[in-house]
Amino acid sequence: MGKERVAVVGIGQTKHQATRGDVSIAGLVREAAHEALADAEMDWSDIEAVVIGKAPDFFEGVMMPELYLADALGCVGKPMLRVHTAGSVGGSTTLVAASLIQAGIHGRVLTVAFEKQSESEAMWALTLPIPFQPPLVAGAGGYFAPHIRAYMRRSGAPDHIGVLVALKDRLNALKNPKAHLHEHDITFDSVRESMMLWDPIRYSETCPSSDGACAVVLTDEAGGDASDYAGRRPAWMLGGAMRSEPTTFPGRDQVDPVGGRECAADVYAQAGITDPRAQFDVAEVYVPFSWYEPMWLENLGFADEGKGWTLVEDGATQMDGDIPWNPSGGVLSSNPIGASGMIRFAEAAMQVRGQAGEHQIDGARRALGHAYGGGSQFFSMWAVGADKP
Amino acid sequence: MSGGPLVLPEPLRDLEPVRSIRAPARLEYTFTAGEATSRFLRGIASKRILGERCPVCGKVMLPPRGSCPTDGVPTSEQVELADRGIVTTFCVVNVKFSGSAMELPYVCASVLPDGADMGLFGLIQEIPFDQIRMGMRVEAVWVDDDELQPNLASIKWWRPTGEPDAPYESYREHV
Amino acid sequence: MRDVAVVAFAQSHHVRREQRRNEVEMLMPVLHQVKTDVGLDQSQIDFTCSGSTDYLAGAAFSFVMTLDGVGASPPISESHVEMDGAWALYEAWVKIQTGAANTALVYSYGKASPGSLRDVLSRQLDPYYVAPLWPDSVALAALQARACIDCGVTSVAEMAGIAARSRRSGADNPFAQLQGSDDPDVLLKEPEIASPLRRHDCPPIGDGAAALILAAEDRARELADRPAWIRGIDHRIEAHGLGVRDLTSSPSTRLAGERAGVGDGPVDVAELHAPFTHQEVLLRDALGLGDGVALNPSGGPLAANPIMAAGLIRIGEAAGRIRRGEAQRAVAHATSGPCLQQNLVCVLEGNS
Repeated sequence: MGKERVAVVGIGQTKHQATRGDVSIAGLVREAAHEALADAEMDWSDIEAVVIGKAPDFFEGVMMPELYLADALGCVGKPMLRVHTAGSVGGSTTLVAASLIQAGIHGRVLTVAFEKQSESEAMWALTLPIPFQPPLVAGAGGYFAPHIRAYMRRSGAPDHIGVLVALKDRLNALKNPKAHLHEHDITFDSVRESMMLWDPIRYSETCPSSDGACAVVLTDEAGGDASDYAGRRPAWMLGGAMRSEPTTFPGRDQVDPVGGRECAADVYAQAGITDPRAQFDVAEVYVPFSWYEPMWLENLGFADEGKGWTLVEDGATQMDGDIPWNPSGGVLSSNPIGASGMIRFAEAAMQVRGQAGEHQIDGARRALGHAYGGGSQFFSMWAVGADKP
Repeated sequence: MSGGPLVLPEPLRDLEPVRSIRAPARLEYTFTAGEATSRFLRGIASKRILGERCPVCGKVMLPPRGSCPTDGVPTSEQVELADRGIVTTFCVVNVKFSGSAMELPYVCASVLPDGADMGLFGLIQEIPFDQIRMGMRVEAVWVDDDELQPNLASIKWWRPTGEPDAPYESYREHV
Repeated sequence: MRDVAVVAFAQSHHVRREQRRNEVEMLMPVLHQVKTDVGLDQSQIDFTCSGSTDYLAGAAFSFVMTLDGVGASPPISESHVEMDGAWALYEAWVKIQTGAANTALVYSYGKASPGSLRDVLSRQLDPYYVAPLWPDSVALAALQARACIDCGVTSVAEMAGIAARSRRSGADNPFAQLQGSDDPDVLLKEPEIASPLRRHDCPPIGDGAAALILAAEDRARELADRPAWIRGIDHRIEAHGLGVRDLTSSPSTRLAGERAGVGDGPVDVAELHAPFTHQEVLLRDALGLGDGVALNPSGGPLAANPIMAAGLIRIGEAAGRIRRGEAQRAVAHATSGPCLQQNLVCVLEGNS
């Protein structure tokens, strides 16, 4: 008994934007699924099982939407699962789909993640009054800002680091036709001068609210080989893991969460990674507020403790740096919450398949996809490569 | 795979297509605080901040939820905490949420009461927002006695006590 | 495929309204029970998976708070489905099949009492064409029951018999919410609440939680004298539109049952997640269960139906019969969605 190898043979995404008023929820997910199936040169009937993921159902006002979407995703007569692990859900959905293949239960699985935040009111749903707790802040930024301040205090990082990350990701997004934000006039000063929302997080350092979907077709080794033989290079899964921690507890490190470190360690062990900065060619990492880039550089072992911000300042994570982070523009440029984790996983796979177009990192052969959610407590990550493990 | 352009029957061709609908939904819920939260909130209604100690790790949880998140065991031992403590971290808020009466900007902070191993979220007032710093010692400002209720709004906000700031090492692990 | 077994199961006492305890407090004793039963603490459990829904809790991200009852530090490998715990069990079973885990904790819970369940469940329906009409769950079940009666699949008399039998079985189950029943002819004198359904045809509304532990191969044999081995498990979904489906049969249950191997041997007991009386007939037929099969000896969902846990409980109850030597081969079933849209079937066996 060994795990079956998993290949990524098809990837699709919608054009993410604030409001997709041209499609229903079903239309949104089908757009991504169509593209993934076309990329894989498959039809709905080739798919054996569907795993769908999204964030809280209050975002669209539909309870358990997999029931409504069964028809739209060609699921009649098939097994369908719906995963929900908060913001990391896009990643964990992909891992659940992968495990169906690793276990030898199915050979071809379609996995889809989406959010149509314009249908309901995402800000409201994110700060739904929690019983017996008076609301203090609006939006997720209010929760994360104090932890960013704590990172700045611990590391001594200068104030402008967050600006550099936001600028980088938004400029990268200009090369990604699927990205939500295409800010052609963005500059260092325009980011720095944008309004402070929850000090130290500025408006331009904050992720948008997007409608969007992402879909991936996963197959077993035979499927990956067939795709390769037909001239469509697959991405091979090298490792994957999930970790969870409680929201708060005495001594909890919210800046450098143990869950993130351990999840990464598990993935790296599976993938034979001992030096992530040297061995990965590119990383797609869940950075919804710009300061999370230096924080995650440390948490994921790309930089020593307290030094993540120096990689940003040195330009190491730029597209022409030694370890590009988020050439797609990242969560800072598109954030359909339930899909964002899968977009990171998919963009990592696109890089090693050489299909990232204008935001392709030349010669990328190993990539990290990362997602996190909740109060920095849910983590899901995978490593993919151009070579079969 | 995807169909061609939609062809409508003759009588429908001149009509404006429906592009969206508004479907308001209202659901009412009656929440149960639970035993741990009820004890805590009743304490608040008598101007006491009560934490709960874990029998395994000995730490004091705040706000208490009836279990230790690390050990997963029930916590029932009540520990009365001071209504003064340290600001471990904070942010300055510039965006209102609907229904809020707060004037902008305002500061939201994590306050670690003396004796607790976890902090409470609260507002900081009675000090210009740009003078607030980590390590600042603060005390709770309660509502008037006749306005006390079993909810955290009974603590209006926290204000500086004027004592010297706590040294970083003393609250480092909460940062 | 690896041999995986249920080695422990626990549930709360299901009540109409759990007024003192919140979801976490209701769940914690159940989690402790299963871990204590097999002598495992959280650090020895390789994977944890839960099932629950925000719409019952009335709060987004509601599953997050239950981690406090699990003891998730140091960090654990954990996942969650916004579905009945039976599907969380499926995800955990798959994880064990990959070899990445040898033990798994599965739990689910639901408090229906905070909200109006019939209205909450209407939020599961197509948001453009159906949900704005607010068709409640009982009305939809009544549509299906009417179709079944009209084409002779069942009758109100048979349905009343199922209700009485189930709740009398519930009297032997200390965890059941409803225990005991009047005779069917007394039940049939009651008025209809949504024709053709009467109150007795509907499940009780209540609060409850359940948990179980899965283990693989030798680990299962170490942890339990009589593990309940999962011999087959499969799930399928049908179309969402009620007008597109044949409401008088359950093709997804039939298909899942075939794939799970129900017909591969004699079935001693079946725990069927049929919240409405007429649905037991549909499921029994879809699974080809004959007269010799004991149906819902626990009382089934007609005796206790904690939403999100009721399906997991069917598996736990069936496993319990096997573990106590009361049955050698059992079928457990779970459902999700309006009128049995999605169905999971699990075949369990004792040691051979």
